[in-house]
Amino acid sequence: MSQPRHSVIRSSILLGVIALLGTALLAGVNELTHERIIEQEKRRVLQQLNEIVPTALYNNDLLADKIEINDPAFFRHSAAVTVYRARMNNQPVAVMMMVTAPDGYNGDIRLLTGISANGTVYGVRVISHRETPGLGDPIDIEKSDWILGFNQSSLENPDNDDWAVKKDGGQFDQFTGATISPRAVVRAVHNSLRYFAANRQMLFETPIETEDQNE
Amino acid sequence: MSDSNLKQILADGAWRQNTGLVVLLGLCPLLAVTNTLVNGLALGLATMATLMLSNLSVSAMRGLLRPEIRIPAFVLIIASVVTVIELLMHAFFYDLFRVLGIFIPLIVTNCAIIGRAEAFASRNRPLPSLVDGFATGLGFCITLVLLGALRELIGQGTLLSGAEMLFGDWGQYLKLTIIPDHPGFLLAMLPPGAFLSLALLIAARNAWQAKKTVLPSPSTTTLLRDADEV
Repeated sequence: MSQPRHSVIRSSILLGVIALLGTALLAGVNELTHERIIEQEKRRVLQQLNEIVPTALYNNDLLADKIEINDPAFFRHSAAVTVYRARMNNQPVAVMMMVTAPDGYNGDIRLLTGISANGTVYGVRVISHRETPGLGDPIDIEKSDWILGFNQSSLENPDNDDWAVKKDGGQFDQFTGATISPRAVVRAVHNSLRYFAANRQMLFETPIETEDQNE
Repeated sequence: MSDSNLKQILADGAWRQNTGLVVLLGLCPLLAVTNTLVNGLALGLATMATLMLSNLSVSAMRGLLRPEIRIPAFVLIIASVVTVIELLMHAFFYDLFRVLGIFIPLIVTNCAIIGRAEAFASRNRPLPSLVDGFATGLGFCITLVLLGALRELIGQGTLLSGAEMLFGDWGQYLKLTIIPDHPGFLLAMLPPGAFLSLALLIAARNAWQAKKTVLPSPSTTTLLRDADEV
């Protein structure tokens, strides 16, 4: 009777030791790679921001100069909108808003919309999406130039009614076989512009939140 | 362990018992990420590294592992190894990590890995186990690369696109445009294309094998049966 119990205890201890070794290994590797991973992610974000507003146009620390906006009703999404502010010698140059379009064909489409201080679009990039390859994915700059069609647009250009895909009577192209993805993007960009117009001063003047380095 | 035995292990893992084409294990990542050659190669290399490290660890501990806890122990070892690889990729091959995303942690669920731990590493010494891990990983990697190349070529008319994610900036010059102005063949890029391409590869391999009409040796059939049970 004591034999099997003894064996159970031994096995448990052995398994525990293996788990402990595994955990120690992971903790060690995590410690070694942690800094670099954060750095890589920052580099990636900065790279995306610079695609929209080139480094020559601003001289502040773009990654640090950011605020978060919580306005689920306006943006039709519960995710907070991150806003990066580009400034040249403390003069506002542009904001870059990381917005989430809730109505993609396969769920959320995350977009980075750059809007200059006078309210025209610097550029838009799709950051992440799950649209159908070959149908909805031309919204991605890697697949087509469609997204560049937003450059230089503003609330007045085109008119309010034209801020839609052609199928809905607007001026933006849809894709063959895919209307939903471009429609979602157009709406989200339009929304960002409207938000910017209504809150311009707040967007530029809200002080940076204290960095919570809890990662 | 003599040299000829190691050769035998190599041939078994890479060809006779090819994980992707013969044993048909680990199909989820195989089908999901092989839309380009580079993606296939990257996941293949990550899987190969996992197989070698997990086989080595399991083999080194085989004297300690009691039968009733061996499966949880294998899972712990494999999961640790995969997580280490995931962290390293996240830190050093960030772009690739973004492309392969969820399929890196999913290497854990590749039953070929636990299959090799159970069928081979837990019964053999570390060196042959390491070689077995290498051979099995190589076989899997080759299958992924072939499948990726086939689908990339048919689907978008290129080879090695995105190589910069794996090799750094100079990798972008590796991209070969085989069919210029390819309109894109969606079927090859989507999951059904993966199944069809895999079927073609398996058929090609079987045709080749039938031509040679070499019957598998008894030892490999035993291993095959073991692997099937996992």
